[in-house]
Amino acid sequence: MSTRAARILAGDQRTGARLMRDLDDGLPEAIEVQKALFPSTGRAFVLGVTGNPGAGKSTVVDVLIERYRRQGKRVGVVAVDPTSPFSGGAILGDRIRMQRHATDDGVFIRSLATRGHLGGLSRSTGDVALVLDAMGYDIVIIETVGVGQDEIEVVGQADTTVVVTVPGLGDEIQAIKAGILEIADVLVVNKSDREGADNSVRHLITMLELRGHDATPVEIVKTVATSHPAQGIDDLILAIERHHARGSSASDAAARKKKRARAQLGDVLHDRLRRAADAALAAHPDLVEQVASRQLDPYSAADTIARTLLKP
Amino acid sequence: MSNPRKIRILVAKPGLDGHDRGAKVVARALSDAGYEVVYTGLHQTPEMIAAAAVQESVDAVGLSIMSGAHMTLFPAVIDALKARGAGDVLVFGGGIVPDDDLAPLRAIGVAAIFKPGATTQEIVDWVEATIRPKLAS
Repeated sequence: MSTRAARILAGDQRTGARLMRDLDDGLPEAIEVQKALFPSTGRAFVLGVTGNPGAGKSTVVDVLIERYRRQGKRVGVVAVDPTSPFSGGAILGDRIRMQRHATDDGVFIRSLATRGHLGGLSRSTGDVALVLDAMGYDIVIIETVGVGQDEIEVVGQADTTVVVTVPGLGDEIQAIKAGILEIADVLVVNKSDREGADNSVRHLITMLELRGHDATPVEIVKTVATSHPAQGIDDLILAIERHHARGSSASDAAARKKKRARAQLGDVLHDRLRRAADAALAAHPDLVEQVASRQLDPYSAADTIARTLLKP
Repeated sequence: MSNPRKIRILVAKPGLDGHDRGAKVVARALSDAGYEVVYTGLHQTPEMIAAAAVQESVDAVGLSIMSGAHMTLFPAVIDALKARGAGDVLVFGGGIVPDDDLAPLRAIGVAAIFKPGATTQEIVDWVEATIRPKLAS
């Protein structure tokens, strides 16, 4: 095994953080380290936290870190913020809410930018979570960007997905039912000291009931993550544990592992094919020219390029 | 092919003063220049800054210091980075620093100081001249 992989398995923060960066930048040598780490992963409990912009995801994560640390667990966090489509830059500010854990060696927080990837995560998020798993963090929390209706990629990465919403979104809560609400294993109504919290909970219950009798149960937890002490967080931890326990029968665990493996493999495969397709496209300026002058339609041009890709 | 490396910079506000406008303007300007900027907010200790710099594997740490404590805070951050094996992370800064202090700060390893009146473009130019070449290898 490479010294890099060995250091990461020993929990070395500097080496782990550098590998995360190489993975984020898509360096081929980083993939070789991942290959060496992979057999030692799969031990961490991966918790996804998603929800509307401004719902308080980072603050909820901050108090979750505190509770898990009190239980003696080591916690890794991957927090994703959007990349500006104009500048390509990003301001990664999720750490601000978690700074009291900055010097706790049992907590590792990594900020990532989406770098143009859709779905609420960066392309590298799964890889970075895997490094945290390999470093020995018991719990890996993935915090998505603020999402709307269909950024649901986190489901493929997480054992349990928590959707954070807030009172007063009214019809917008209706709007999320088609998207992120359906992926929730646990629903959180944060800032529930605000007016309309009980109304929001009733809305959510109604929508959950629409799913029919054989749907898996989803608990709704009211929290005030900014109060001292934070309210509802013990309930949230218990709801997460109950969801995890429900899925921990041997057959459920196997199904979940398979689902994760499929998502993981699919991500890598799609990424490789996308790169190959981009390269093949760059190698065929002639076809681009022909489509531009309407001599050729894009469908036939794509067929031609796809044939070169699939050639053994 | 263009370099796939993205420059990452931590912008932090150590010490007790609450004037974070400058830090926010710089964070915004660096982001507009295409860098990923980790912003950690007010009242950071050198230990917190060094830990975040390691976990975020940044190329550089930019400190905004208005309190007059620069002769204490810059060395403390540099020492904390070294203690965590991250002595290669560049430390630069801005704020109210008297001319007499510039040479001693450079001597302890502060890579650049941007005084009041410096434009954000000067900071971006410095990043391009100093950090970009390191990533090319």
